[in-house]
Amino acid sequence: MIPEGIPADEPGPAQEFLAGVRAELPLLLGVVPFGLIYGVLGLAAGIPPWAVIVMCFVLFAGSSQIVFAQLWATQAPVTVIGATVGVVNLRHALYSASVAPYLKALPLRWKLLLSYLLTDEAYAAAIGRFMGGPETRHRHWFLLGTGTILWAAWQLSAVAGVLLGTAVPPSWSLDFSLALTFTAIVVPSLRKRSDVAASLAAATTAILAQGMPHKLWIIAAAFVGIAVGGWTRSLDRKEQA
Amino acid sequence: MRSPWLLLATMTGCGLLTFLIRLSFISGGRHLALGPRFQALLRYVPLAVLSALIAPEILVRHGVLDPGPSNPRLWAGAAAVLVAYFSRNVLATIASGMLVLWLVQRIL
Repeated sequence: MIPEGIPADEPGPAQEFLAGVRAELPLLLGVVPFGLIYGVLGLAAGIPPWAVIVMCFVLFAGSSQIVFAQLWATQAPVTVIGATVGVVNLRHALYSASVAPYLKALPLRWKLLLSYLLTDEAYAAAIGRFMGGPETRHRHWFLLGTGTILWAAWQLSAVAGVLLGTAVPPSWSLDFSLALTFTAIVVPSLRKRSDVAASLAAATTAILAQGMPHKLWIIAAAFVGIAVGGWTRSLDRKEQA
Repeated sequence: MRSPWLLLATMTGCGLLTFLIRLSFISGGRHLALGPRFQALLRYVPLAVLSALIAPEILVRHGVLDPGPSNPRLWAGAAAVLVAYFSRNVLATIASGMLVLWLVQRIL
């Protein structure tokens, strides 16, 4: 039976969830090798195996987990580790702002759950559904789908990395798979001139600002890219706007 | 060797901080009226952040800028951009990028 007020052709929670899982699957090809590398690096940094795994639950943020492991290995002060992880993950505040309009009517438990799952890859696979897809009432299940499958894949690949130890030779360059994953998302989304300008500006800033402490270059490059995108909007052709 | 408790506490602190960063705008959605200009800028968030993460992976080697033809990641990145543009397929992009990277690493 269909509840009143919901169009019969509207996708239900399960359909949205599965569509999210499906959208995330190809990205896992880049995420799983990265999880393996994290597992291996974590052990190499002198972090006990249990903590390498636990970090996947409590932190659940790939690149900052690797940064954490590297800093822990150098005996960096705890405050420096916290500050660096915070700055590296500051970009997630931008994701939070980006999805907030689509989630504002949800109860708090949903907001807490989806915030926990809001990683680069879960966000990247779901934002197109929010920005371009139909405004149906179960669309937040799509983000739950991308986030859940990513979470599971991340935990399992990190466990595999811990078990394999140093069995993955660095010459395989598996770490590059993540940059390729992001490339696969960014390139098809460059539709307007201002998109290209924003992308090039962010990339250039990221290169020029590499020397900034605490990996501040990530957030600096993001802001420059967004600003340049906003400034160059007038260059977009009318029919694209 | 530092204590496992310090490790656990640091991890938990970093996890809580990360969670609060992600929750920031999502929790405030009801109180925070985002202006239309701000909303229009949000379009550039995924592009800008992901482009910023990609560029150093391709162009920076061992901490120095290396945009020359001896950099295998430049070839792999270029191949991935082309495949992504024409195929719009994530699997094909990652696979072709890794293949080109391994091939060029062998040759160079």
